[in-house]
Amino acid sequence: MAATDKLVIAGKAYDSRLLVGTGKYKDFDETKRAIEASGANIVTVAIRRTNIGQKANEPNLLDAIPPSRFTILPNTAGCYTAEDAVRTLRLARELLDGHSLVKLEVLADPKTLFPNMPETLVAAKQLVSEGFQVMVYCSDDPVLAQQLEEIGCVAVMPLASLIGSGMGILNPWNLQIILDRAKVPVLVDAGIGTASDAAIAMELGCDGVLMNTAIALANDPVRMARAMKLAVEAGREAYLAGRMAKKPYEASPSSPTSGLIQKTG
Amino acid sequence: MTQPIQVTVNGKPREFAAALTFEQFLDELSLAGKRLAIEVNGEIVPRSRFPEARLSNGDRIEVVVAVGGG
Repeated sequence: MAATDKLVIAGKAYDSRLLVGTGKYKDFDETKRAIEASGANIVTVAIRRTNIGQKANEPNLLDAIPPSRFTILPNTAGCYTAEDAVRTLRLARELLDGHSLVKLEVLADPKTLFPNMPETLVAAKQLVSEGFQVMVYCSDDPVLAQQLEEIGCVAVMPLASLIGSGMGILNPWNLQIILDRAKVPVLVDAGIGTASDAAIAMELGCDGVLMNTAIALANDPVRMARAMKLAVEAGREAYLAGRMAKKPYEASPSSPTSGLIQKTG
Repeated sequence: MTQPIQVTVNGKPREFAAALTFEQFLDELSLAGKRLAIEVNGEIVPRSRFPEARLSNGDRIEVVVAVGGG
């Protein structure tokens, strides 16, 4: 891949366009091996209450995924209000020594995990005003994506289908409208099921893909992580190469039409 | 004599013999040296203030860490 083709978010360049989550793995060892195989530079984590007074030597996720090697992207998954999301990310910034790149996700209902867009807009405004660099999980509504960009979000991350559903890219047309208008990176966040889904997102022109379940719940997560790395690279290369035009009713032979052997008459 | 104090830690009531500093509080909970962040009554307590900032009676304290998530 061209050395110059980097993903730039908030002025910082990343080699990998694949962002991965750390949830749903069997243990931290599997988490670590899958993330290494994915080649991801940006890795999402959740912020939760610690266990009090139970296991003093409980392993810590950030030992397996050290912030010295990865850009840790704290997210607000599980928050249903702007207030909870903002509080969570203030804690995350303190936890990560002032690190300001965050993923905002405000959910509307536990069944679909659709984003609550009114609360997301409120939280995004507040976080931007506090100096956070906000990558935002959002619906695939092009108008809302544009509003989030205007608020100052550094990346918009529309869902391709429901979080954890593995249903793939269900509305490429909306993604295309968002891509056509956005001046900040657009990443598909949620819905990827397998490698071809990631490739399709990248072929559409997405700047990156964020996924968790598709890797963590594969039979062999480490192998799927590698597949996703290759798919994102392949999709990006295909996008940059520029695909041939589709000609639905016109076949075109790949081999010369002259010089065939023929029965002499 | 110091008075015992009642606080809420991660949603559960706790009692401490005195108004500890946050450093002592973390020691008490076997959390010293861990990568965590603390919020008290909705406000962040920066790590740099752990040695001198103290718990107060009635504080609602949240102690959080990074865990696996998407």
